[in-house]
Amino acid sequence: MDKFTKITGVAAPMPLVNIDTDMIIPKQFLKTIKRSGLGKNLFDEMRFTQDGQEIPEFVLNQPAYRNAEIIVAGDNFGCGSSREHAPWALLDFGIRCVISTSFADIFYNNCFKNGILPIVMPPEVVEVLMEDSRKGANARITVDLENQTVTTSDGQSFPFEVDSFRKHCLLNGLDDIGLTLEKAASIDGFEKTAATLRPWV
Amino acid sequence: MTAPRTLYDKIWDDHVAHQAEDGTCLLYIDRHLVHEVTSPQAFEGLRMTGRTVRAPEKTIAVPDHNVPTTAGRDVHIDNEESRIQVDALDKNARDFKINYYPVSDIRQGIVHIVGPEQGWTLPGMTVVCGDSHTATHGAFGALAHGIGTSEVEHVLATQTLIQKKSKNMKVEITGSLRPGVTAKDITLSVIGAIGTAGGTGYVIEYCGQAIRELSMEGRMTVCNMAIEGGARAGLIAPDETTFAYVMGRPHAPKAAQWEAALAYWKTLYTDEGAHFDKVITLKGEDIAPVVTWGTSPEDVLPITGTVPAATDFTGGKVEAAQRSLDYMGLTPGQKLTDIKIDTVFIGSCTNGRIEDLRAAAAILKGKKVAPGMRAMVVPGSGLVRAQAEEEGLAQIFIDAGFEWRLAGCSMCLAMNPDQLSPGERCAATSNRNFEGRQGRGGRTHLLSPAMAAAAAVTGHLTDVREMMAETV
Ligand code: SF4
Repeated sequence: MDKFTKITGVAAPMPLVNIDTDMIIPKQFLKTIKRSGLGKNLFDEMRFTQDGQEIPEFVLNQPAYRNAEIIVAGDNFGCGSSREHAPWALLDFGIRCVISTSFADIFYNNCFKNGILPIVMPPEVVEVLMEDSRKGANARITVDLENQTVTTSDGQSFPFEVDSFRKHCLLNGLDDIGLTLEKAASIDGFEKTAATLRPWV
Repeated sequence: MTAPRTLYDKIWDDHVAHQAEDGTCLLYIDRHLVHEVTSPQAFEGLRMTGRTVRAPEKTIAVPDHNVPTTAGRDVHIDNEESRIQVDALDKNARDFKINYYPVSDIRQGIVHIVGPEQGWTLPGMTVVCGDSHTATHGAFGALAHGIGTSEVEHVLATQTLIQKKSKNMKVEITGSLRPGVTAKDITLSVIGAIGTAGGTGYVIEYCGQAIRELSMEGRMTVCNMAIEGGARAGLIAPDETTFAYVMGRPHAPKAAQWEAALAYWKTLYTDEGAHFDKVITLKGEDIAPVVTWGTSPEDVLPITGTVPAATDFTGGKVEAAQRSLDYMGLTPGQKLTDIKIDTVFIGSCTNGRIEDLRAAAAILKGKKVAPGMRAMVVPGSGLVRAQAEEEGLAQIFIDAGFEWRLAGCSMCLAMNPDQLSPGERCAATSNRNFEGRQGRGGRTHLLSPAMAAAAAVTGHLTDVREMMAETV
């Protein structure tokens, strides 16, 4: 997994609430057995017409936002299915950070496993960041995970919360499975006890 | 004396294999269900790192999401990408020696229907699957939730998940349901009341008389959609109804083990005085048959209602509601019962069980679908299908003009050939009405199986209670 320490980049405003995983990556693109290559179909049905033409109004099709690395979104981003194809598609497109007032639980988890930082901010801060992101390509937002701050293009800085374990993994690009396997003795012990307490499992 | 605990607290406590200082836990997983769409990358990850499946006997695989539901699929699947995914699952199941139900097996079906049916899902367990509707298994008093593919790989390799505990939320449905009102109406009404983010950060326990009065099928319908309310999981405390359902299933405990299990299961309830961080109460008598009008499962209204205007909402929901109305092609003020339907889909892990088919068939008996209606029943598993045939339900559907399909997810997410075309409008017993969910440009109204059957007959959204009055 790629490390995430600090990025300064263009933020795309997506004020719509309840942006769901079917919007992020429609199911016809889930028929892959690979993790890569999904960026071209990110937001497919919002981004392209049925015959594959770009829809110019869609934010990521606008010249200013084609290289966005951050999305500032309406409430409850990522609701819907468990598909990890959603963060894979975001990452493949180049998005490293999503900021919203709230995220759906599974999507939120999936982001951390893929080097994407989801940030929950109060509505009034999301409002400020949304306004800033509307200024286009010259208004770059800085996300600093180490110091847990988001800074607008004009220097206003806002703190954010992040779970310490997840922060540690993201800063160092650590693989969860490797970390868990170090605790194999605890798992073995648990299995032994459970086998006597609940042998039918 | 220990402090009073909720059902969730108890199951959680019994599965913590390791706890770090910051509260991050390794939660032990008793059952891991696997399907073809969210697992290939996880198995690939194992192979690349030389890791193996830690507990293949606790891992169960079944293809369901993109399998065709027409005859011949066990011999050949036309769509190449689907075939590659199904073949990959086949290979992974055999290479890693996990329990497997291929399409040629009568026990194949939607993973959340197969698990309970085969007795893999038992009270007090932790159950995960790379699918958000894993919450279904909570109906047994199991802690069950969906995970992403990286977590699928994590569970395969370690039989644990890295988790922090969620908060407790109680949803109580008091009193009894009125005639014509079903588990689907309960679960949709709850989402309508709390919103799609209302349960975010919580595990919901459903309780109250109306929940107790539900069959296991109904309870699964309720828990299934906990995720649409944003919750990590939904739970219902096990009781005699649960034990009766579980008893005798192929993988349920037997003899002395059954007695031991039963004694443990009977401790699985929320203690008097246990703390809930949020409580919601609905009156069972107040719940009406409902439908969704928009493109979010929270867009729920009683069938007697009218289409809202975007200006009826506030904040970010105004734009979302307008977008929904445009997408759905609806006019504010229009009566819901005036909305014409051209497709009816009965199936999915929400409503693809035998009781659902019985409810729909009861409405359809001796009737025909409206002219031009495309109507389809996709049983949740091969066994549900066989039982429906035995009970004569299949014939009722066929006589009414429904297609009688093989088991799978089908038009719930339209990854297989069963899809809506742009502008087509479907009454669906599934769980998501998102834009494009059932096919690009397709329009979905979520409702109960009985309501779906009623719409199939009349050709428009219909209050099933009127049709019930007719048949009496
Ligand atoms: S029936 Fe629908 S919701 Fe259920 S597992 Fe299949 S695709 Fe998911």
